[in-house]
Amino acid sequence: MPDKPSGLVQGTLDMLILKTLQLEAMHGYGIAMRIEQISKGVFQVNPGSLFPAFRRLERAGWLMSEWRDTENNRRAKYYLLTAQGRKQLKGETREWARQAAAIARILEVES
Amino acid sequence: MSLLRNLAGGLRGLFRKEQVEREMDEELRGYLDATVKEKMRRGMNRDEALRAARIEMGGAESLKEQIRAVSWESVIETLWQDLKFGLRLLRFNTSFAAAAILSLALGIGANTAIFQLLDAVRLRTLPVKSPQELARIAIDHRTDASGHFTSRYSDLTYAMWEQIRSQQQGFSNIFAWGPTHFNLSPAGEVHIVQGLWVSGEFFQTLGVEPALGSLLLPSDDQHECASAGAILSYSYWQREYGGQRDVLGRKLTISRHPFPIIGVAAPDFYGVEVGRSFDVVVPLCAEPVIDGDDSQLKSRIGWWLAAMGRLKPGWSVERAAAQLRAISPGIFQAALPAEFNVSNAKQFLQYKLGASPAGSGISDLRHQFEDPLWLLLALAGLVLLIASANLANLLLARASARKKEMGMRMAMGASRARLMRQLLAESLLLAIIGAAFGALLARNVSQMLVASLSTQHDPLFVDMGMDWRVLGFTTALALLTCILFGVAPALRATGVAPGAVLMESGRGATQGRSRFGLRRILVVSQIALSLTLLVGALLFARSLNNLAKLDPGFRRDGILVADIDFTARHLPNEARVAFSDELLRRVRAILGVDAAATAAIVPLSGDGMAHDVLMGDTGEPEGDTPVAAFNYVSPDFFETLQTPFLAGRDFDEHDRAGAPNVAIVNESFIKKLAVGKDPLAMTFRVRRMNRTSAPYQIIGVVKDTKYIDLREELWPVVYTPRAQNENPATDAQILIRSRAPLASLLSAIKTMASQADPDADITFSSFHQMIDDGLLRDRLMARLSGFFGVLAALLSAIGLYGVISYMVERRRNEIGIRMALGAGQQSIIRLVLRETSLLLVIGLVTGVALALATAKAAASMLFDLKPTDLLTYLLAALSLSAVAVLASFLPAHRAARLDPMVALRNE
Repeated sequence: MPDKPSGLVQGTLDMLILKTLQLEAMHGYGIAMRIEQISKGVFQVNPGSLFPAFRRLERAGWLMSEWRDTENNRRAKYYLLTAQGRKQLKGETREWARQAAAIARILEVES
Repeated sequence: MSLLRNLAGGLRGLFRKEQVEREMDEELRGYLDATVKEKMRRGMNRDEALRAARIEMGGAESLKEQIRAVSWESVIETLWQDLKFGLRLLRFNTSFAAAAILSLALGIGANTAIFQLLDAVRLRTLPVKSPQELARIAIDHRTDASGHFTSRYSDLTYAMWEQIRSQQQGFSNIFAWGPTHFNLSPAGEVHIVQGLWVSGEFFQTLGVEPALGSLLLPSDDQHECASAGAILSYSYWQREYGGQRDVLGRKLTISRHPFPIIGVAAPDFYGVEVGRSFDVVVPLCAEPVIDGDDSQLKSRIGWWLAAMGRLKPGWSVERAAAQLRAISPGIFQAALPAEFNVSNAKQFLQYKLGASPAGSGISDLRHQFEDPLWLLLALAGLVLLIASANLANLLLARASARKKEMGMRMAMGASRARLMRQLLAESLLLAIIGAAFGALLARNVSQMLVASLSTQHDPLFVDMGMDWRVLGFTTALALLTCILFGVAPALRATGVAPGAVLMESGRGATQGRSRFGLRRILVVSQIALSLTLLVGALLFARSLNNLAKLDPGFRRDGILVADIDFTARHLPNEARVAFSDELLRRVRAILGVDAAATAAIVPLSGDGMAHDVLMGDTGEPEGDTPVAAFNYVSPDFFETLQTPFLAGRDFDEHDRAGAPNVAIVNESFIKKLAVGKDPLAMTFRVRRMNRTSAPYQIIGVVKDTKYIDLREELWPVVYTPRAQNENPATDAQILIRSRAPLASLLSAIKTMASQADPDADITFSSFHQMIDDGLLRDRLMARLSGFFGVLAALLSAIGLYGVISYMVERRRNEIGIRMALGAGQQSIIRLVLRETSLLLVIGLVTGVALALATAKAAASMLFDLKPTDLLTYLLAALSLSAVAVLASFLPAHRAARLDPMVALRNE
């Protein structure tokens, strides 16, 4: 039984997209699926936030895009990380880990 | 790097829009396909899958809009779209557009025109090298001074200038200059041009380059002026010589003395005086040559120069001023005129020199017109406010009409912000078009204003190019008005619940009474502002009327002033009076001349002289010596001006040099200096600096007259016979009264003068015109504030008309019912007018409070009128009420003629 779907913590979508693209270039649907799968269905990404995020990250210089053929021979827009995007991901991951650890500590003390 | 990428992406979005859009479509389609496939894989049939996927994705258009909204270029693009759409709407609504643009153009144009003048007169720096380094050198806090003052800027005497030049330390370069008029005519009627006396350092210090030839150097300004040459201004060179290059070396005749033209100054250089330009420049050393016996340079009591310097690097104005202050005692000691008496000298030696920044030039216009211009700018600002309120009102009405359109768009997925942007773009379009027309209008209006302030003898020159300040001002005005009139209606139009609006059918319910309130508030403030403007207009009009109706003690009309200058005859003192008597005799003989007389000072011409008066035959007065104004006149002076005698007699041919000194005085002289005594038994002496005259016997008393200008307090005035003047002038200023048209006398007088003296210079002026010229400022204020007042009342009337019509429209049903129940036309009209009177009364009360608070600013410009003048307020309120009732009578009448059946059936 998968966990109940939940909304994304504000601002984390960008980080998740960058993370998803760390290993390989993917198209939009693939990215959405991957986030859903890895989070075991906790995060469901809707296109209304996904595509604006792509445009935003591309403009920020963290993503690049190119048209490629998919596994079933259709054309799709693939997104890949730029060097700047990798650096950004590293920074955000570290920051996230720090904050998560801090929140966890606070919650432990409380309980 | 990322900025560059962002820019490149944005530009691609703007210029390769179709490709970008195609790619976006393709990407989204791909996503949808993949979702559908996935859902089918999980067991949905195709239709179900497609439906589910579409719901998941949301509206395709709104998704695309969300994506577009991330990038900056979309802002530009939507703005562009909005503007195009707005333009289309305006084209469909030409009468609305025309009314809006016209009122904005008038409002913005008036503001810009006045700001342009202020900018030119007050804010701009001189078009010379590093103007911020320039400072003016003058005596600090000089109140009174003794001597001859012959220029607009009589800061210094030549002796003082020489001392300052050799002793100052704060300036790397300094120069002295003085404005003057030159007569370039070789003989006959004069040809007057605007001249400048300048010391040799003038052009060097200012860093002005020649357009042709060379400019004056210090070596050109040496004692005796062996090689004096003249410099022309660029515009004079173009105007009089057609810009010919062979002008160099040609001779210019100044007061009959030839000066070779040695150069032409740079095109944009108009001197250091803002508001005036020059035609011809000669060095200071030429002054004794041109002015001969009247030379100011040789006289120690001639105040005719102003000085400016360029600060040395590292010196501040304060430091230079301190150095000048320190050397002042020595300078004034060295420049002390021998003609001074003890008290003159004491005052002179206490003067301290100072320096003040002069980067924006110097100007007496500034002093005279700065306050009026700021006031006019404020009035024009009010007009613009009223115009904005009108527009806001019109747009509010449109907002109600477009509620449905907006509801529909919101239902289709447009965000409120997006709709607001579109509505504001429409307002911006109006503001921009209005401002553009306004700027065009402003150019002409400000030129017209300058022209209306110029007189024949004192042409003004104001350099009024567009500069960044004016441009910024106009742009800011456009944006400000756009916000003023655009925001509220846009908020209103988009503040609707789409469902509610779309469900409403036909005309709405009576909902929105509070919204109607905003429109009423706008009208009330329009009325209040209009009242303020009307009060201002009436105050200035009444003040001008007071001046025009004022009895100056003589008649203004039908008097010609002919100044016949016979300097070229080089007559000795004794012969001058005889010659001017001869001229006067010949003028009187001309057909049509009713009376004629000569006077040293033409009243209200701006000239004047004042001396100490010592009452009695002997002895020194105790305390302050009284001062009186003087005039040297021929017999019949009072007859010519029709100033009545209160006692005694006029001068006659027996009151000559050698005969006992006699004088005629005015009422004020008696009131102030000879209270309660028989004036005709009194004597007094005149002290001119260190010379005290023999006693004068008072032989007549005349009615008070104004002396220098109409606004002054009455002076004690002493008239003495011209024949008893020790220093007769070399010209005869003849006042001529005639019932014939004055122009018809000119040729006869010219012929007469050239027969008497072929070399004579003649200048004509109309006495009436001269007095009128002294009222320029008052006329300007009256005209402009009147124009603004009428404009404001008109705009408010339109606003009121709009609101009342709207009210009638909304209450159609109610009115219909009332009429069906038997209400007569009268009572319907009363019903509507009651609404008007409510708005009017609140507006008037607010307006009176506002006007009382602001009219104080005009107090110093009013003549014989308090800014709280009751009649003025009554008149303003009455006329505004009349306009308001008129404006609302039309809709009231329309309401009264409503057919109750039609009104009710519409429900």
